[in-house]
Amino acid sequence: MKIHEHQARDILRRHGVPVPAHEVVSDAEEAGRAAARIGGLVVVKAQVHAGGRGKAGGVKLAKDPAEAKAKAAAILGMEIKGLTVRRVLVAGAVDIEREYYAGIVVDRASKRPVIMVSAAGGVDIEEVARTTPEKIVKVPVDPERGLAPAEASRLASVVEERAAQAAAVADVLSKLYEAFVGADCSLAEINPLVVTPSGEVWAVDAKMNIDDNALFRHPDIEALRDPSGETRAEALAREAGLSYVKLDGNVGCLVNGAGLAMTTMDLIKYYGGEPANFLDIGGSSSPEKVMAALDIITGDGNVRAVLINIFGGITRCDDVANGLVRALASRPAPVPIVARLTGTNEARAREILAEHELVTAETMDDAVQKAVALARRAA
Amino acid sequence: MSIFLDAESRVCVQGITGRDGLFHTKAMIEYGTKVVAGVTPGKGGRAAEGVPVFDTVKDAVANTGADATIVFVPARFAVGAIAEAVDAGIGLIVAVSEGIPVLDAARLYGRVRAAGARMIGPNCPGIISPGKSKLGIMPGSIHSPGEVGVVSRSGTLTYEVVDQLRRRGIGQSTVIGIGGDPIIGTNFIDALAAFEADPETAAVVLIGEIGGTDEEEAAAFIRAKMRKPLVSFIAGRTAPADKRMGHAGAIIAGGKGTAKEKIEALRAAGVPVADRPSEIPDLVREALGRRA
Repeated sequence: MKIHEHQARDILRRHGVPVPAHEVVSDAEEAGRAAARIGGLVVVKAQVHAGGRGKAGGVKLAKDPAEAKAKAAAILGMEIKGLTVRRVLVAGAVDIEREYYAGIVVDRASKRPVIMVSAAGGVDIEEVARTTPEKIVKVPVDPERGLAPAEASRLASVVEERAAQAAAVADVLSKLYEAFVGADCSLAEINPLVVTPSGEVWAVDAKMNIDDNALFRHPDIEALRDPSGETRAEALAREAGLSYVKLDGNVGCLVNGAGLAMTTMDLIKYYGGEPANFLDIGGSSSPEKVMAALDIITGDGNVRAVLINIFGGITRCDDVANGLVRALASRPAPVPIVARLTGTNEARAREILAEHELVTAETMDDAVQKAVALARRAA
Repeated sequence: MSIFLDAESRVCVQGITGRDGLFHTKAMIEYGTKVVAGVTPGKGGRAAEGVPVFDTVKDAVANTGADATIVFVPARFAVGAIAEAVDAGIGLIVAVSEGIPVLDAARLYGRVRAAGARMIGPNCPGIISPGKSKLGIMPGSIHSPGEVGVVSRSGTLTYEVVDQLRRRGIGQSTVIGIGGDPIIGTNFIDALAAFEADPETAAVVLIGEIGGTDEEEAAAFIRAKMRKPLVSFIAGRTAPADKRMGHAGAIIAGGKGTAKEKIEALRAAGVPVADRPSEIPDLVREALGRRA
């Protein structure tokens, strides 16, 4: 789960990382008043779940409250990568002498958190990783022991040769690691980590993604979920326990298992169609889940045909068939449905579906071709 | 032979009295797996599907000589259950549980490794050596004994592929689902090395998907170390960037982990990559024809 910059700043601050004072506001008047309370030069930043906010014009400096109000008025309501800015952060600005990057991700290859430091801060770190990977120093951390102070010092000295500043950077790295573990992050970044001319070190930006699997032990973070970043269909899917990703095509698909669901999409494309979504109903196949899934798929106005591809293992084909029949009884499908159900209890499923107007198929290839043809005819 | 699991493996089921635990214990016993013990804290002394239930894995090992375990415990208790199995000296741990926090998986991995044990998963369907034993949730009936090893990050997609192999008369030595999480106990390379060393495996099918670089690392390993022929399939050619496709590990992040990169790496290592799962049986037949 993504959280907003201001929420990540709060988490960092709770772990002792120096973060300039900030307030979050949703109208320009409030932004002016916040700037007055903070005092001095401030920065006004759009709070949306998108990278490249600066380039899009969503980050502006303001020298006084009147200017903060004007900048906030310009930023509020603007669209960044399709997301409307509803709130801005007003934060104290600091003088920049140097800008570093500090980040932690979970690294699959070493199976450990990896802490990354770079002297090339303040810019797009993915671009740095692509073009000059040698500018990023990476060190895996043993999760049982945590980040040793000596290791933090060594990493800090890679970017900062002055002793006092290096000690302050090392302290930030240690606290960033504590925040990463404490909040169960899958990613935590400070970019830039600023050193001021007077030698102070400040986290001027913060980005955190939280491990969805760990949210159960962080109800405070779960409560930060921003529904504006989620479509209605996505929210419905999450509540029903379905994995759903909307795409731009017109062949809807309902599949059990993530790998099979991706393969179904790939086959739709292979046979000349375009998938409308990724949807995995998961292992247990309660009829309710199937009903919810069908509602979500047919709720997408682009969908011209629905493809149901089930390989029964733990998922029982008759459960899926029952869900389908119940869904169709309450709301007839607005588009044709192709069903391919094979594996556990497939004979029972066939009986259940026999009296309904569904196109059936034996193999995945056959099912996909039929669905693509039906969608094309209806388009 | 087969890899990691054979007919002699003595299996413990953790979470045996739960709904999934009971259902799959029955299915595993019917398949021929030697299920010797079950564990559910507080229910020691009972029996489930005719299997004695113990309070702890340590008790189960002491009384039954269990050397492998399958964990059906819900995610938030699974970490403790797996750690308990490691401490009890179990050598093979299949973690079916889905939803284990990634930092917990990282800590577990270190612990499993330090003990010299092997963990398969988490979030995986498990492992089956057809005709011998199954330690997992896959339907036994779609498998058939033979000489093709299958390793996959997926569940139902693997069933689809195995079912097509069987229908075409191609049996399997061992089929292993390594799991869809970012941090897993057994990766492609571990399974490939074991298949390469297994005299009863003649060819290997590798089923990958978007996210991470496990397939690319497997390609480098294949190029350097493998003599047996391989066939591959990669799911997620049409997956968009930065969206998690069901599995916690299936995400193209920072432009990395695309199907295209994986397919190119495998083809560069001399591995034919199928465009559709239904092409796999023919490619396997060709691969078997090529073997030395």
